[in-house]
Amino acid sequence: MNKAVDLPDPLTMPLDAMDVSDPRLLELDAWRPFFARLREEDPVHYQAESPFGPFWSVTRFEDIVAVDSDHEAFSSEPTIVIGDLIDEIPFEMFIAMDPPRHDVQRRAAQPVVAPQNLAEMEGLIRSRVVAILEALPVGETFDWVEKVSVNLTTQMLATLFDFPFEERHKLTYWSDIAAGSPEIAGGDVTPEERLAGLTECLETFTRIWHERKGREDAFDLISLLQRDPNTADMVDRPMEFLGNLALLIVGGNDTTRNSATGGVLALNQNPAEYDKLRANPGLIPSMVSEIIRWQTPLAHMRRTAKRDIEFRGKQIRQGDKVVMWYLSGNRDESAIENADQFIIDRKNPRHHISFGFGVHRCMGNRLAEMQLRILWEEIMQRFSLVEVMAEPERVRSNFVRGYKALPVRLHRL
Amino acid sequence: MPKITFIDHTDASCTIEAEVGKSLMQNAIDNGVAGIDADCGGACACGTCHVFVEPEWLQACGEAGAMEEAMLGMRPDRTGMSRLSCQIQVSDAHDGMVLRLPEFQM
Repeated sequence: MNKAVDLPDPLTMPLDAMDVSDPRLLELDAWRPFFARLREEDPVHYQAESPFGPFWSVTRFEDIVAVDSDHEAFSSEPTIVIGDLIDEIPFEMFIAMDPPRHDVQRRAAQPVVAPQNLAEMEGLIRSRVVAILEALPVGETFDWVEKVSVNLTTQMLATLFDFPFEERHKLTYWSDIAAGSPEIAGGDVTPEERLAGLTECLETFTRIWHERKGREDAFDLISLLQRDPNTADMVDRPMEFLGNLALLIVGGNDTTRNSATGGVLALNQNPAEYDKLRANPGLIPSMVSEIIRWQTPLAHMRRTAKRDIEFRGKQIRQGDKVVMWYLSGNRDESAIENADQFIIDRKNPRHHISFGFGVHRCMGNRLAEMQLRILWEEIMQRFSLVEVMAEPERVRSNFVRGYKALPVRLHRL
Repeated sequence: MPKITFIDHTDASCTIEAEVGKSLMQNAIDNGVAGIDADCGGACACGTCHVFVEPEWLQACGEAGAMEEAMLGMRPDRTGMSRLSCQIQVSDAHDGMVLRLPEFQM
C-alpha cells in the first residue's frame, strides 16, 4: 500500500502550488523534500491558498529564532497553530497570549516544572519507568506507543496534576482531542467528539479544583494555580481554565510521548548510533537532546503579524499568519551540521529549535529531558535492543509530529 | 586579557582569561565553564546562560535590554543581579569580575 501516490512531486511542482499545511506530509513522512525546497528557494514563503487560508512559512533556523523572539511584531494571539479557533470552544491559554498577561499566567505554572521541583520528582519518575519496563513482554511483538510512550507520559501527567491515578487514561484522551481537530491541525477528530470530550475535561477539573481548595503544601499544578493571586480565580473563567489545562496536558503529553517513540525509531534506523550508545551510555543526555531535535514533536508554531513588517525582503501585512516550521529549522544545514542525520554525540546537541525560543520557549523542557533520560538509562540496564518490527503508523496532523503505533520486540541484555 | 571568575552553587570557582570583544557567554563556553548551556547560541532567546553578577560589577555590565528583561522575567530564580551572559560584551573593564552561576539553567 503506497498512500504517498496522492502527493505531488515536491521537486518539480511549482512552488506556488505547494501546500505545506497538508497533514499528510507528516502522516506519510513525506515532508523533508518540501521543506528542503522552501529553505533553499524561498525561505520566507507566502502560500496564498490552503484549507486554513493564506499563510507565510518561515523555514530557516535563524529566521525562526528571529520571529519567535520578536513578540512585539509577531503576536501569539489569538492562536499558535495554522488553523483558527472554532467558535464553540474559544480557548484562552498563555501559550496564545502576549506579554504582559502571558507572563503572569506562565509564572504561576512554572514552579511545578522548575529544576528544583524536578530533582525531588526524579525518584518517583524512575520507579514508574522501571515498573513500566519490567512489565513488558520479552521476545514477542508489542506496540511501544501504547505500552511505553503513552503509559509513561500519562503517568507523568497524573503526577503533575495529582489527578486520580486510576482515571489517568482520560488525560491522554483529552490531549489527543484537544490537538486533533481538522480545523485546527488537519486531524481526524469530529467537532462533536471534541466538544463532548473537552466539556468533560472542564467539568472534571472544575470538580477537582473545588475539592482541592486550601492545600497549602501541595505542589501539583492545580494547587499552584490556586495559590498564585493572579490565577486563584481562574476556575471562574472557564475558557481560560480549560485553555490552560489543555495547554499543560498537550504540552506534557504529545511531545514527550512522541520523542519516547521517535528515539527507538531513530536508533533502529541508525544502528551505528545504537552501537555508540551501547558502548557508552554516558551519551544518554546528549542523545536525548538529539532525539528531541530529530523528532521535533511539534512541527510548527504560528504567529500573527501585529503590524506591517518587512522581513527578509518580504512584505508581511498586519494580520497575516506567520508559521514557523520548527521541523524545517531543525533540518537547516546552515545552522546544524549534517542536519538530516541522527548523531547522538553531536558537538552542540542543545542547539535545536524543538522547544522554541523567546518568551514562549517550552516551559517543561527540563522535565521532558529528564523523563527521556531516565527512560533510556533504564532501557539500557535491561535490553540490548528494542527492535522495530514494522514501519510506524503516524499521526495525521500538521502540528503534532507523532506516532499512533510502533511494533517492537525486546531483546534482553 | 581580563580575568573573570565564575562561582557555582556549591561555591566551587573557576577563573578564565577572557577574550575582549566576545560575549561573556561565548568566553564561558570556549573555556568549558560548566553550568552555562546557551541553547540558542547567543540570540537572547532561551535564557539558559543566566548568571548572577556580583553587585560591585553590575554597572560594568551595562543595562539589560527589553528582550533580555523579557527572558529573565521567565526565570523563577531571578534576582536583582540576574543577567544573560550572552548579552554582556567582555571589555578590559571586566578584569577581576566575579559572577555566580544558578543551580540550574532552564
